Amino acid sequence: MKVGVVTFPGSLDDVDARRAVTIGGNEAVALWHGDDDLRGVDAVVLPGGFSYGDYLRCGAISRFAPVMTSVVEAAGKGMPVLGICNGFQILCESHLLPGALIRNDHRKFVCRDQRLRIERVDTPWTSAYAAGAEVTIVLKNGEGGFVADEPTLDLLEGEGRVVARYLDDNPNGSLRDIAGISNERGNVVGLMPHPEHAVEDLTGPGTDGLGFFTSLVEKAFA
Amino acid sequence: MARVVVDVMPKPEILDPQGKAVLGALPRLGFDLVTDVRQGKRFELQVDGEITDAVLAEIEKVAGTLLSNPVIEDFEVHVEEHSVAEVAHEAGRA
Repeated sequence: MKVGVVTFPGSLDDVDARRAVTIGGNEAVALWHGDDDLRGVDAVVLPGGFSYGDYLRCGAISRFAPVMTSVVEAAGKGMPVLGICNGFQILCESHLLPGALIRNDHRKFVCRDQRLRIERVDTPWTSAYAAGAEVTIVLKNGEGGFVADEPTLDLLEGEGRVVARYLDDNPNGSLRDIAGISNERGNVVGLMPHPEHAVEDLTGPGTDGLGFFTSLVEKAFA
Repeated sequence: MARVVVDVMPKPEILDPQGKAVLGALPRLGFDLVTDVRQGKRFELQVDGEITDAVLAEIEKVAGTLLSNPVIEDFEVHVEEHSVAEVAHEAGRA
């Protein structure tokens, strides 16, 4: 499958994300924030970083980039979209996902290997995992606290839309230990930790993140 | 030229780590009266011509679309003749 990775001004992890897409067995296509052409891709990754310097609110300005109009439209038609870290923030600001991400409750930037439980595995990004799989993936964020009102949290839990949950220690004050969520259909997934930094043994805590990039292939051949 | 101010504040139920950090610093500086701090944002918007209902309606849209995130923030729009800088200048603080 052709997987587009969007570069915004201030994106940091677009190159790692493209590399992870390739290692996962897909073709990586670089997309530009100022271009509304998705270049025929089958899926889109919004990578981590500090788009627009996190000015105003994280992801708030990127949401109005020309490419996002196309991404929102394609997501509505079922195209798989994965937002990692800053990408997750952009998906929330775009209203493709509910809730918002605020400054870590302890006010410090966190960078560490984080244990997670993968809870929703019927999405195009997580189908390679067994339900309840416990994995270790890099986490690095300053504004990763997931918040939403109680009815929204109950809805996410009730519909099984919590994709990943923090294990051991909640790193940022996210409500109900939520590390990642999906839309109702499951094609749009937002995740605060960085699976693209956990795809090779040489660097990072292991290869537990690879499933996010191989799931698409399994789906294509299913 | 007219000026419209948009104040944006985190909703009361949303944790405000920045406000907490400021509050925590006050006693160390000897300021004991303040019991809580919430940190928000103030936007001073300049528009051409008179401020009509249509102008205010558009500013409300600006505030709700870009300046604030309704999930975590409330906003308030009001017309104000002077900017903070002008008021500070008048008072001889700038």
